[in-house]
Amino acid sequence: MNLIIVLPIIVPLLFAVSMLFFWKNVRVHKILNVIASIFSLVVAGLLLSDVNSSGILSLQVGSWRAPFGISLVADLLASIMVLITAVIGLATSIYSLGSMDEQREKFLYYPLLQFLLMGINGAFLTGDIFNLYVWFEVMLISSFVLLALGGKREQLEGAIKYVTLNLVSSAIFLAAVGILYGIVGTLNMADIARKIPLVEHKELVTVVSFLFMVAFGIKAAVFPLFFWLPASYHTPPIAVSAIFAGLLTKVGVYALIRVFTLIFVQDTNFTHTVLLVIAGFTMLTGVLGAASQNDMRKILSFHIISQIGYMIMGLALFSPLAIAGAIFYIIHHIIVKTNLFLVSGVVDKMKGSFELKKIGGLYKYYPLLGLLFLIPALSLAGIPPLSGFWAKFVVIKAGLELNQMFIVVVALIVGLLTLFSMTKIWNEAFWKNDPRGNENILDDSFSSVSISKKVLIFSPIIVLALITIIIGLNAEPFINIANNAAAQLLNPNEYITKVLGL
Amino acid sequence: MTFLLAILVGVLYTAGIYMILRRSLVKVIIGLIFLGHAANLLIFTIGRVTKGFPAFVPADGTKLVEPFADPLPQALILTAIVIGFGVQAFAIVLFKRAYQTVGTDDLDEMKSTDELKEDK
Repeated sequence: MNLIIVLPIIVPLLFAVSMLFFWKNVRVHKILNVIASIFSLVVAGLLLSDVNSSGILSLQVGSWRAPFGISLVADLLASIMVLITAVIGLATSIYSLGSMDEQREKFLYYPLLQFLLMGINGAFLTGDIFNLYVWFEVMLISSFVLLALGGKREQLEGAIKYVTLNLVSSAIFLAAVGILYGIVGTLNMADIARKIPLVEHKELVTVVSFLFMVAFGIKAAVFPLFFWLPASYHTPPIAVSAIFAGLLTKVGVYALIRVFTLIFVQDTNFTHTVLLVIAGFTMLTGVLGAASQNDMRKILSFHIISQIGYMIMGLALFSPLAIAGAIFYIIHHIIVKTNLFLVSGVVDKMKGSFELKKIGGLYKYYPLLGLLFLIPALSLAGIPPLSGFWAKFVVIKAGLELNQMFIVVVALIVGLLTLFSMTKIWNEAFWKNDPRGNENILDDSFSSVSISKKVLIFSPIIVLALITIIIGLNAEPFINIANNAAAQLLNPNEYITKVLGL
Repeated sequence: MTFLLAILVGVLYTAGIYMILRRSLVKVIIGLIFLGHAANLLIFTIGRVTKGFPAFVPADGTKLVEPFADPLPQALILTAIVIGFGVQAFAIVLFKRAYQTVGTDDLDEMKSTDELKEDK
C-alpha cells in the first residue's frame, strides 16, 4: 500500500479539524498550524524521494479497482508540486505569526490556511478528473473566505470579481467533465488517456479540450481571461496574497499541463499552437500591465500573469526540454513570487504604504531589506546566476531548438520589460529619498514590533531567498528532476499502467 | 424528453450568461445559479434519459438490460449540486456584505481595485 500519497491531504485536514476544537484559543491555532506545516513538509519530502526512487505511485481509494474507484496518483510533477506547496505553506505560516492581525486570527485564519493547502495538495495528487473538480472547489471555497476575511471595501470588491469568475470557470469545467465522460465513458485520467485514441470523432475531443482550456485558463489567469487577478490579489493581507500569488494560479497551470500532456494529445498541431499564441499574449499583456502600475503589490500581481505565459509557452512547445523548462519555471516562480510579496509586506509595515510615489529611502537605512528584495526581483527578471535565469534559459532554448523564433523574441522582450518594472520598484521604494522627508525612516508601527515578531517576519524571506540562490548556483539537480518529470509526462505509458494496474 | 432537456440546457446557459453580464449584483448571483444548473442538467442528459428502467441488475440475470440510464452522471450531479449550493450560499452572503459596505449594487461602481491610483 502506498499510503504515503494520502498523507499530504490527511495531515492538513487533521490539523485543521483539531484546530476547530480549540475555536477560541488562537495560541493553539498558531502552534498547531506550524506543526502541521512542518509535518506536511516532511511528508512531501518523503513522497518525492519515494517517487524519485521507485517511479509513479498510485493508490486506489477504498480498494476499488482502478477505472471504477477514485485513484490518487503521485508522479514526479505532482510530488514536486506537493513539496513546493509544503515549502510555501511553512513560509507563509511563519510569516503569518509575525504579521497577521488578531481579528483575522480569531476568525479561523489558520484552519482556513490548512484547508486551502489540503485542497491544493488534493488537486495535485488526484488521478480522477471529477475529483479534480471537487478539489478545485475545496481550494476555491477556502481561498474565497481567506480573500474576504476582514471585510474591507477593496477586499470585498476584489472578492466579487474573483468569486464570480471562478464560479463561471467551475461551471465550464463541470460541463467539460460531463461531456468528456459522455464521449469516453470513464473519469479516471489514465483510463481516459487510454480510450481517447479510440474515439471516432476526433473533432469532438478537440472541442472538449477547448472547454478545459478555458476552464483551467481562467484559473491560471492566461490572456484574455486574467482580469480577475490584478483586481483581487493585492487586496487581502500580505501573507494571504503571497500564498495566492505563489500557489493558486499554478494549480491551473498544473491542470493544463496534466490534461494537455496526458489526455488531449491527439491534435497537438492545433491545440498546442493555440496555447502558444495564448502564451505570447499572456506574457506581453501581463508585463505591459505591470509597467503601467504604481502600486508595489499591483506590479507584482501583473507579473504573475506574464510569468504564467512562460510556463504555458513551455507546455505549448511540447518538446521534452520545453516541458522540463515549464516545470522548472513553476518551481522557480512559486518561490520567487511568494518571496517578493512577503518583502512588499515588510515595506508596507515600515512605510505604511504600497504606493511607490509615497515611499522611498529604504536602502539607505535598511540595506539588508534592499538585498532581500533584489535577490528575488533579479531572479524574476532572469539575471544570472539566479534561478530565473535558468528557468528562462531552458524555455527559450527549447523555443530556439524548435525554431519558434517569434515566441522566443517575445519571451526575451518580456524579460527585459520585467527587469524594467523591477528596477522601477527598486528606484522608487529603495533608492530615491523619502518624499515625506528623511526623518520618516521607519513607520512607528514597525519600530514598535517586537524583536521576536521581526524574526518571524524575516526568517521566511531569508530562507526563500537562499533557496533561490541555491537553485541558481546549483541548478543541475533541479533541471535533472524537471527533465525526468517531463519525460514521465511525455511518455504516459508508465502513468497509465501504474494507475490501472495493468 | 432529451430534446426538451437540450432546449432547457440551452435556455439556462443563455439566461445565465445574460444575467452575469448585467450590472446588478443580484442578477449576477441568479446568473451564476443558472450556469450551475445548466451544467448539471447537461451532465444529466449525457447519462441518457430513460423512463421506467432503473439501473439495477435483474434478480435472474448477471447484466444490466438495455436501455438503462447511466447512474454515474447522476452521482456526479449530486456532488456538484451540493458543492454548488455551498458556493452559492457563500456568494450570496459575500455579495450582500459587499452591498452593505460599498453602498451600491451597481458593479460599475465597484472598480476601486482596478483603477490606477491618482497622485494625491
